[in-house]
Amino acid sequence: MIDTIFALSSGRPPAAIAVVRVSGPNARAAGEALAGTLPPPRIAGLRRLQDVDGGTLDQALTLFFPGPATATGEDLLELHLHGGRAVVAAVEAALASQVGLRRAEPGEFTRRALINGRLDLAQAEGLADLLEAETDMQRRAALAMAEGGMSRTITDWLDRLSMAAARVEAELDFGDEDEVTQATGLDLPPLLAPVILEMAAMLTRPPVERLRDGVMVVLAGPRNAGKSSLFNALLGRPAAIVTDIAGTTRDVLEAGVIRAGLPYRLVDTAGLTNQTADPIEAIGITRAKAQLDAADLILWLGEPDAAPANALKIGARGDELEHDRATIDHVTSVHDQASIDALWAIISQRSQQLIGDLTGGALHARHRSLLSEALSALQAVDGHDLLLDAEHLRIANRALAAILGRDATEAMLDALFGRFCLGK
Amino acid sequence: MKQFDVVVVGGGHAGTEAAAAAARRGASVALVSQSLAQIGTMSCNPSIGGLGKGHLVREVDALDGLMARAADDAAIHHRMLNRSKGLAVQGPRVQADRRLYRASIQHQLASYAKITLIEGEASALNLTSGSVASVALADGSIIGATAVVLATGTFLGGKIFRGLERAAGGRIDERPANRLGEQLRALRLPMGRLKTGTPPRLDGRTIDWGALEPQPSDTDEWRMSPMTRTPRLPQLACAITRTSAATHDIIRNGLTTSPLFGGDIEGGGPRYCPSIEDKVHRFGDRDGHQIFLEPEGLDDPWIYPNGISTSLSADVQDALVRSVAGLERAQIVQYGYAVEYDYIDSRALDHRLALAAIHGLFCAGQLNGTTGYEEAAAQGVIAGCNAAALARDLAPTTVDRARGYIGVMIDDLVLQGVSEPYRMLTARAEYRLALRADNAEARLSGWADTLGVLTPARQAHLRQRHAMRDAARDGVQDGVDADILREIEEDRRYAPYLERQSEEIARMRRDGDVAISSDTLSLRSVPGLSTEMIERLERASPKTLDEASRVRGVTPAAVAALWLHSRKRT
Repeated sequence: MIDTIFALSSGRPPAAIAVVRVSGPNARAAGEALAGTLPPPRIAGLRRLQDVDGGTLDQALTLFFPGPATATGEDLLELHLHGGRAVVAAVEAALASQVGLRRAEPGEFTRRALINGRLDLAQAEGLADLLEAETDMQRRAALAMAEGGMSRTITDWLDRLSMAAARVEAELDFGDEDEVTQATGLDLPPLLAPVILEMAAMLTRPPVERLRDGVMVVLAGPRNAGKSSLFNALLGRPAAIVTDIAGTTRDVLEAGVIRAGLPYRLVDTAGLTNQTADPIEAIGITRAKAQLDAADLILWLGEPDAAPANALKIGARGDELEHDRATIDHVTSVHDQASIDALWAIISQRSQQLIGDLTGGALHARHRSLLSEALSALQAVDGHDLLLDAEHLRIANRALAAILGRDATEAMLDALFGRFCLGK
Repeated sequence: MKQFDVVVVGGGHAGTEAAAAAARRGASVALVSQSLAQIGTMSCNPSIGGLGKGHLVREVDALDGLMARAADDAAIHHRMLNRSKGLAVQGPRVQADRRLYRASIQHQLASYAKITLIEGEASALNLTSGSVASVALADGSIIGATAVVLATGTFLGGKIFRGLERAAGGRIDERPANRLGEQLRALRLPMGRLKTGTPPRLDGRTIDWGALEPQPSDTDEWRMSPMTRTPRLPQLACAITRTSAATHDIIRNGLTTSPLFGGDIEGGGPRYCPSIEDKVHRFGDRDGHQIFLEPEGLDDPWIYPNGISTSLSADVQDALVRSVAGLERAQIVQYGYAVEYDYIDSRALDHRLALAAIHGLFCAGQLNGTTGYEEAAAQGVIAGCNAAALARDLAPTTVDRARGYIGVMIDDLVLQGVSEPYRMLTARAEYRLALRADNAEARLSGWADTLGVLTPARQAHLRQRHAMRDAARDGVQDGVDADILREIEEDRRYAPYLERQSEEIARMRRDGDVAISSDTLSLRSVPGLSTEMIERLERASPKTLDEASRVRGVTPAAVAALWLHSRKRT
């Protein structure tokens, strides 16, 4: 017998209202036990909730959704309670006392939706992202995926590729002993070209990881260039120790900040120098170089002609030093907030370019690698050797199916539930 | 009462291979057939091999089976199908002289000292507390058996249809095995009905060969078995002709007497080998369908017109044959017919081809819902090996999907079941690039040797061939058989793909290590499994997560639920 589960599905009380959801075969009975009668399916009704002794628990807006066309695929009850701690606790206690009901484990509603086929893997991943989203951009990207936009596109590709594969297989298995497939004029590359184009376009979507972890902005340059002062100014708080002594910052310092709905990871590094006897500073310099390699955007505070490629050349300490404005991009002074705000504007603009169009959603590393695998398999289809073309089509189909979680192998399941059991 | 380790019921392609394989594994075997003279008969088309099927023939041979050598002994026409395509989908096929083929099978069986041939109709299985104990014959005699292989083909509940005529039988002019069929039904085994058909046979002396396009035999000297060292028989050409609009009119007008369209036949027929009335009905817009005229033997005037399988009435068959170019004056020597027969839902079997419900009972061939000699023979070898294993306490013999087409077929049968007669296709094999007809020996023989399935002659042959393979890999060409040189070259060509597939295979085998229970009680305790999924899983009773993922109609979500559940238990 499947357990019926319940959980507070809205934020932590106290709040104006609190929504408790009950999902499973006993959801209807649980609702009737509390509310007497339930309103007609999918219609909200005000009900007095009572405990077993007839004591009133709360007046609640009550909704019942019969399965399987529900979010979890099971019978689903929603109780919109007054959002006080005591109210929620009392209703939860009344539910827990019923036979066959128990508190949901983290992620269990989503898991049931997935198991009952209400969500595919890509949608579930989107939903997990959505629950974890802290910024508006993360939310938009997650929502696009949870709503199934990507799933629909991939399902469409799978249908089209299956048609192509069926024709190839017919040619391989019947072409020589039957007349049925002769003269079909199978020309694969043009048949696949539109799908290839669409797949390549999807691959240009921004990686979810960048939205989640933030755009990595690394401050770099020689010792005593003012990196840590600028780091603090950008953060708006004194996160790094600032002195006049060259080589004060000897390790990598990192801090997260959200600006205009977009997360950033600001990284302060040790000043780059070839002349240090300090072994700790030397290690710091090695680490600084590694950060430069991983950076999405470098703020360079050294000589403009020594700047790494694509770095934003900053003239720091603009109130003390003269900068040649022809060779640098932006002059800052930590004493001039306008110059800091202007720098943020530049960073933000560069980051938007980096992140690109979010309307289609973002791509997980898992999606990206499977999609790339499918794409390169399809690109290898050349129409010369039908047998190898069939193999490439099979690889592409398998990779795309894996994005949706249709290849139910342990490897996929492991990756999937590794996240959900621990997640929301 | 005579006692044997293994009793095989049926002397067709499955039964003969089962008997021989069991004997190779050291079992004492009785082979029961209604007519010993008919052992090894090709009931339908006179050809062995084809696309996918040729792979099976070579695999049966790699397990030291009879079929490939019998085909070589009888081959009067060779054709490598898909010759223009990659080696992995090339299908060797021969036309076999019927009498020579049967003679070769009987001759090979005679060389097995451990096989006793018994003529008679098996009428009942005697069980002792749920296990097979003996086979009763219609004449009252009893044969004791530790294991029984049923390979009754179309004979269980066999019923023949031609126009409005009806006859009981599995093959024309031969009795059906009705009592055994009734007993199996009484045992409440999951059974159904399937149908198949055969075309009329023509007298070759009445065909106008000069008017037809000949199809000559291949000139290169390939053989079905690498053991065959004798020269080829004289080769005959086939010929190609077509049905015409007039033929189709005759067929449409004749449908009133068709048992297929009259609803008398309830069993599902093969989409891959439809009757001509089916083709005309379903592809009405086509102006003609090809007919291959295949000789049935060197000294045999009978011709098999491949492509016009039919159960229309005799007078309609006469008219339709004569409406075809080159056949205007052709005489029919035996009319075509359809046969409907009982089959066992193969999901009741395990990968050894053992019936889970009755200990010691194995099933092979058409009885399991397959079509084709090659499919039958391949199952026969596996059922025979496992029947011997049961009787003699040896290791079971199962082939996984990555090792051979035999494995693909049995896995499909056991997990997916059939809705129409199952025919081997290369498209069914996901590891197709690795499973070539030309490397069956390299893939399977060494493994078969470890299971004790090979005769000393085969073992000696294998040692020689393995040495040649090693030499060929080192670049030596002298003294190496030509087919091995080509095999090694082809291995190299596909190497990058095979490497990639090996990862996939490893993943499949890992999933094969995740055990699940598929009895009702365990399945009901799995959260998130719908009643429909429970029923589907119960019927096929997969033992591992990998198997569950291939059960027909089982969703990935259900597999996920099974996986989660198995995780929790461990």
